[in-house]
Amino acid sequence: MNFKLKIWRQTNAQTPGKLVDYDVRDISPHTSFLEMLDILNEQLLGRGEEPIAFDSDCREGICGTCALTVNGEAHGPDHPGAVCELYMRKFRDGATITIEPFRVGAFPIVKDLVIDRSPLDRIVQAGGFISARAGSAPEANSILIPKHDADLAMEAAACIGCGACAAACPNGSAMLFTAAKVSHLSLLPQGYPERESRVLKMVRVMDAEGFGNCTNTYECEAVCPAEISASFIAKLNREYARARLRKSAGE
Amino acid sequence: MIGTLDPKIPPGPLAQKWRSHRDHSRLVSPNNRRKFDIIVVGSGLAGGSAAATLGELGYRVKCFCFQDSARRAHSIAAQGGINAAKNYQNDGDSVYRLFHDTIKGGDFRSREANVYRLAEISNNIIDQCVAQGVPFAREYGGLLANRSFGGAQVSRTFYARGQTGQQLLLGCYQALCRQIARDTVRMFPQTEMLDLVIVDGQAKGIITRSLCSGKIDRHAADAVVLATGGYGNVFYLSTNARGCNVTATYRAYKRGALFANPAFTQIHPTCIPVSGEHQSKLTLMSESLRNDGRVWVPKRKEDRDKPPGEIPEQERDYYLERKYPSYGNLAPRDISSRAAKEVCDEGRGVGPGGRGVYLDFADAIKRLGEDTIRERYGNLFEVYEKITGENAYKVPMRIYPAVHYTMGGLWVDYDLMSNVPGLFVIGEANFSDHGANRLGASALMQGLADGYFILPNTLPNYLASQMGKRPSPDFPEFENAENEVRARIERLLTVNGTRSLDSFHRELGVLLWDQCGMSRHEKGLRESLQKIPELREQFWRDVRVLGSDEDFNQSLERAGRVADFLEFAELMCMDALERDESAGAHFREEHQTADGEALRDDEHHAAVFAWEFQGNGQPPKLHREPLRFETVHLTQRSYK
Amino acid sequence: MIVAITGMILILFVIGHLLGNLQIFIGPHWINGYSQHLRDLGPLLWAIRLFLLTAVIIHIWVTIHLAIENRRARPEAYIDRRYVKATFASRHMVMSGLIVLAFIIYHLAHFTVRVTDTRFTLLKADPLGHYDVYSMMVYGFQNYFVSGFYVLGLFLLALHLSHGSSSFFQSLGLNDKKLTPRLALGGRIFAWLLFAGYTSIPLAILLGLIKPAQQL
Repeated sequence: MNFKLKIWRQTNAQTPGKLVDYDVRDISPHTSFLEMLDILNEQLLGRGEEPIAFDSDCREGICGTCALTVNGEAHGPDHPGAVCELYMRKFRDGATITIEPFRVGAFPIVKDLVIDRSPLDRIVQAGGFISARAGSAPEANSILIPKHDADLAMEAAACIGCGACAAACPNGSAMLFTAAKVSHLSLLPQGYPERESRVLKMVRVMDAEGFGNCTNTYECEAVCPAEISASFIAKLNREYARARLRKSAGE
Repeated sequence: MIGTLDPKIPPGPLAQKWRSHRDHSRLVSPNNRRKFDIIVVGSGLAGGSAAATLGELGYRVKCFCFQDSARRAHSIAAQGGINAAKNYQNDGDSVYRLFHDTIKGGDFRSREANVYRLAEISNNIIDQCVAQGVPFAREYGGLLANRSFGGAQVSRTFYARGQTGQQLLLGCYQALCRQIARDTVRMFPQTEMLDLVIVDGQAKGIITRSLCSGKIDRHAADAVVLATGGYGNVFYLSTNARGCNVTATYRAYKRGALFANPAFTQIHPTCIPVSGEHQSKLTLMSESLRNDGRVWVPKRKEDRDKPPGEIPEQERDYYLERKYPSYGNLAPRDISSRAAKEVCDEGRGVGPGGRGVYLDFADAIKRLGEDTIRERYGNLFEVYEKITGENAYKVPMRIYPAVHYTMGGLWVDYDLMSNVPGLFVIGEANFSDHGANRLGASALMQGLADGYFILPNTLPNYLASQMGKRPSPDFPEFENAENEVRARIERLLTVNGTRSLDSFHRELGVLLWDQCGMSRHEKGLRESLQKIPELREQFWRDVRVLGSDEDFNQSLERAGRVADFLEFAELMCMDALERDESAGAHFREEHQTADGEALRDDEHHAAVFAWEFQGNGQPPKLHREPLRFETVHLTQRSYK
Repeated sequence: MIVAITGMILILFVIGHLLGNLQIFIGPHWINGYSQHLRDLGPLLWAIRLFLLTAVIIHIWVTIHLAIENRRARPEAYIDRRYVKATFASRHMVMSGLIVLAFIIYHLAHFTVRVTDTRFTLLKADPLGHYDVYSMMVYGFQNYFVSGFYVLGLFLLALHLSHGSSSFFQSLGLNDKKLTPRLALGGRIFAWLLFAGYTSIPLAILLGLIKPAQQL
């Protein structure tokens, strides 16, 4: 298969970037999208041009490192799935494919298609954890958790932290990411003691990092590789309202 | 330099060793802990849990990872589960049984005392992870659920869908985040360790390069902990993440740390087969699939291109069930992998190139219904469909073995300290617990045991004597190490040859896979030992690395790693040649039983092989640590 | 959240307003009586008007504020952009909202302050001094341009509400995975029912189904 590629090239955060045209030929339909870029990079190297920088690591859709906007969709057209799970058989032969980075103000571009997603780490640092010192945990089966709650918590916890939700959101909002963590931990009894302070702190940091606001377009859940449901955003809103009310009630 | 290798195993009966060792180890008092700087390299299950726990205890920790976030370490990709001897199923499990299964699974090439400790701690890990909010699978009554895994006859594996590694890693990532917020841990993402600094014979710092800015930095500390994972990517194609590398442990080796059992590399039986030459990685299908899937190939060669549905039951060879009736499809990894290779070598393999076997769920779907199978393995089936375009609910999966885990690693004593004082090695990066073959769901267990429970208890034993001995990063040792790092980067950028990094790496991978993969023999290994230096020499003459060192440069970072693989591969083949026996994953064709099983040589090789670097171009020196078995009996492993 | 609550207040008003207006189909007596009834509330009517005005101002003020933040959250736009799930309505809430605002201002000027159509002053009050709202509406809507603008305004209002009404539940966290799609569908049905209800009045007038109660 042959493709025409339009790829975003940008030296660093300070210099403006632009789309550059490339051609790739004789790609097997069983090639993954990132392998197609590997092949292009080998060709560029052969011509003495600097390879295109793009992030990837596990290449099986779980580490959340890869982050490309393909034809205007975060992670490309094969939802749900990270762009490393996208295969060339999903495209027409001869198609033109536009590749851009995740565009979110809070994720500055490092180089070409590589972005800095440290704001997501800082949201978790604000409170996305359960304080449990190693050595002082009670016997595991002493905490009974209904299967339904455990399953729901797992659904939320499946987030891979790729940032596609913010990339796809018309407003560049990271609500789905934050909601997933808040929901995971507040659905479990172990998470109750820090339930209110957690949501208040995480939301505060999320806003401070410069993400936009949720206007309930649900574009985030449509592109989420881990299929996190936007109903967790409702859960986040609920948790937040509850925490604010209880805080103002002085409890 | 090194006399006899002393693993410093505490005296006393096996079951008492760990307790009595802790009772007699030295401690660092709480108000003194903040006076110690600890470097932790790696933020996976081992590194992340160690950094978080040491931070919680009050040490000042610096944690480094090459990924852009600690949460992306490759532990995240572990699918199946984590073992623990809880015996929640009332099926006869115990600490002793987990210990025994692990020793036996490792084909009697691991230390009894370490493995027993691991089995003991396994239960604490589950408690700890549940307390952190890891959403393990549960039964309707709210209790924790278990599944079975290869190499065991009890159901002791805890799991979170097919994403157990992810959930455990996020648990320890979150604990780490908490410490970062408390300022006890400073995190350095996208920072790669390029050398270890030794001052007065002790590990006292590292040299790093920022992958974003290219800045080289010196970090001094009171102790250095390596948790940098395995070296499976030496084979180019493996189930490891693209970034996984041997650089940190190999650099430590070149600074005097012993590298133990590098030839022990695990080939995982259930991976998606290779589909083309540009493939960049192999994807694992969790071993848990073997609980419900049946492995088979056609009985006759001629049937191998037929659609599987057209091959009648009596024409199928369920070879694992046939050869190992009591473990069946749950035979250990090394055995299952070799059995798959064997049937493919006989020409009965299926799929492109005849390198694949079927993993068939038709019976399980008939017995349990598609919904149950979907609930258990839904995400794995989705992954399979994405990669191959096939629906495994309708047609059997095709699988083939792939490099997955490396049991070898830096040599450590009972305290997880290498022969270089102050250098601790944990998780997959060390060699300690899995012997010649690791059982499924034990890697997560070991990483977390090391990080949460063992290192925090053994590190003070060293630190107690190190108060105030932290060197300044201005010491000449740091300067020398930094200069060497800079010179090497300079050299990589100035070769300016014609070949790409990947072409070298791929060539090395093919060579190793053929000669030092699932089965090895003397002739092949000797040939490889000739070819690897040639390839390395060609690399330094003809590799092409573009861009600058003061910038985000992915080619440059990978170039350094490939260069190290090219040296390390030689050590691996040397070890495989030296170990003139078959043991677990290390299968020497010269040493097999009449029915093709691994044949150990306990008399001569019941030992850890630990290699000491002697200088570039010099053959390394071999040290042997004899393995003493006081509790278990050495037997021929049988899973029949 | 503030947007959701003020939005819901305005939605409730829109429902009430529609129910009031639909009385036109029953006859002049009903709707004129209703209008007089409202006017008889006196200060209470002003209190309600003030309350609604406040809701409108807060609703707009906060959304504009949020919209500016949202713009800032993506300083460099995508060159190629494709949406998978976000509807047209959900992506253009500010636009539809602002046009609806313009429509409301015109609507108030048209029927409440009655400055746009001088003929309305010619309408005679009944013996009790009650204003003939019925005829005012009929004359007002007989103009194709006026009716057309009303239909357009109502169309955008419906678009706005087709997203806004179910969004309310999401923002306040009053839903879950099962309810969300149902609420979204319900919201759309609700919005287009409102549209049908409101536009039925000018349409009926244009089609001559409703005639003025008095000649000018």
